[in-house]
Amino acid sequence: MPAAGRAPDAPGERVISTVLDPAVLTPLVVHTEAWINFDVGLLIDRFWANTINGLAYGSIYALVALGYTLVYGVLQLINFAHSEIFVIGVFGVYLTFLGLGFEPGALPNLPLAAIILDLLLAGVVAMVVAGLAAVGLERVAYRPLRRRNAPRLAFLITAIGASFAIQQVIRIVRGSNPEGTIRLLPPSPAFTVFGAPVTNLQIVIILASIAMFIVADQFVNRSRLGRGIRAVAQDPATATLMGVNRERVIMITFLVGGVLAGAAALFYLMTIPQGAVYNGGFLLGIKAFTAAVLGGIGNLRGALLGGLILGVAENYGQSLFGGDWRDVVAFVLLVLVLMFRPTGILGESLARSRA
Amino acid sequence: MTTMLELDDVHVAYGRIQALRGISLRVEVGQIVALIGANGAGKTTTMKAISGILGLQSGSMRFEGEDLTAIRADLRVGKGISQVPEGRGIFPGMTVAENIDMGAYLRSDRRSPEFAADLERVYELFPRLAERRSQAGGTLSGGEQQMLAMGRALMARPRLLLLDEPSMGLAPQFIAQIFRVIEEINAQGTTVLLVEQNATQALGLAHEAYVMETGEVTRSGTGAELLADPTIQDAYLGVS
Ligand SMILES: Nc1ncnc2c1ncn2[C@@H]1O[C@H](COP(=O)(O)OP(=O)(O)OP(=O)(O)O)[C@@H](O)[C@H]1O
Ligand SMILES: [Mg+2]
Repeated sequence: MPAAGRAPDAPGERVISTVLDPAVLTPLVVHTEAWINFDVGLLIDRFWANTINGLAYGSIYALVALGYTLVYGVLQLINFAHSEIFVIGVFGVYLTFLGLGFEPGALPNLPLAAIILDLLLAGVVAMVVAGLAAVGLERVAYRPLRRRNAPRLAFLITAIGASFAIQQVIRIVRGSNPEGTIRLLPPSPAFTVFGAPVTNLQIVIILASIAMFIVADQFVNRSRLGRGIRAVAQDPATATLMGVNRERVIMITFLVGGVLAGAAALFYLMTIPQGAVYNGGFLLGIKAFTAAVLGGIGNLRGALLGGLILGVAENYGQSLFGGDWRDVVAFVLLVLVLMFRPTGILGESLARSRA
Repeated sequence: MTTMLELDDVHVAYGRIQALRGISLRVEVGQIVALIGANGAGKTTTMKAISGILGLQSGSMRFEGEDLTAIRADLRVGKGISQVPEGRGIFPGMTVAENIDMGAYLRSDRRSPEFAADLERVYELFPRLAERRSQAGGTLSGGEQQMLAMGRALMARPRLLLLDEPSMGLAPQFIAQIFRVIEEINAQGTTVLLVEQNATQALGLAHEAYVMETGEVTRSGTGAELLADPTIQDAYLGVS
């Protein structure tokens, strides 16, 4: 915020004056929104639209949050480079679009079935690429530290370093500017909920994300390998006594997290087609991590819940307080929840709960 | 008699703390072998070395003639060595049934009649577990957790069962039950290496026994010999 004084008779106007320069002592009146609103009317007007849009955004947060939470459960490590795994997924989607012959800026003129097929293909590529990248990251960055029994702090610093390193590699390869906008499927209202339009994109993203969550949840809770993941999270030494190969479990955990981030990347680029940029994971990563902590880090169901709550709350906050407050709302929410429930909403971690 | 497990001059250290200074012991097939000693003598360390949680500095371990040190820790259960760790090692967030199932993690015969029979046997040995099948392991009482840990270890169909203080923190009637179960398991053909603070009961049960002090074996003999030895009685059996 620039230093601003508000004319008392003109709410909604911001007065910017540069005190040091006598030439511009005449106040410059800029017509703009108040720096903070409290617009209950807008909140109520846009309630359903915000809810639906928030759920769609929140699904993307949730899918990325699962990656943070899974790795945390098994290694008690906050994998800061997970946001860059997501970005790798975004570029996987974008480059697949380019490879399929789509041009930035132009709307494709293809039958719907062909477009859906192309989107699916891009999604699969992103999931594979992000999954492999996550496994590679684990091999290169974290496994050598584990071998040497390095202290916790070394892992954390390595995670941050890996995050920067991947970002810079992407920047060197693809440049600093955002890639062009490729939109395969423009959003169009599919139906309305209480008068609020729900677009085809929103409905696909919400349903597909929940389906992926259910698959991941069932995998962790029902499958043999999933049980191995939970065993390592709850008691690594005893897990070894049972015959669980910890290194393999760690690899699978990174793989699953990466694959989910790849799926999130497809949904992200469908929603924000101009979003392919080397540092595009920063804010989304923080939000997804916030979602994981909000729901209770280490807890799969917490990641889903945290993601959805965060997505929706952000939208409500944006209507209530004004656009600049969107991101602030997310973090204030986090602080509030942690003040009253330090272990997050669902609390227990993968280490203690069944999820 | 054939030897199932043989440790020769085993050294283990935690950083600069030398916990085992040349342990040698043998476990014959079909026996119950007891390992007794004061707190900090190195009994748990010995168990962890056998199950592979800790690596050796030097010395050798052979299991059924095979060099055990060459086998990765997580594969040793597949070789037939199953451990009930000190402190029980229950997975707190898993149900009783899931914990028991973890004991069979490496088994691929889940649908076979043998598997069903093993499961039935565990619930027969510990009927309390059957009642609590879907309760979270972390909410069981100490005694129930001990039963769960033993039941879980049996699901691996071990030929050698390592028990580290199975009676720790239990009420006398539970202790008696645990010892009965150990005898029963042994009678059904499982070899047992037993670490115990309840030295009288352990020696009464054991075919062979070893006494450890500060990382070394200081005495060995049959259970009956050690029970009758006045110095052992003074130091470990609480009779004088
Ligand atoms: N993780 C560790 N780090 C450092 N020292 C350890 C560690 N674990 C055990 N020790 C030390 O090794 C020695 C042997 O410990 P161990 O646990 O094997 O004893 P124990 O015979 O099982 O004792 P208890 O009857 O109390 O269970 C002790 O002096 C102990 O302090
Ligand atoms: Mg001990």
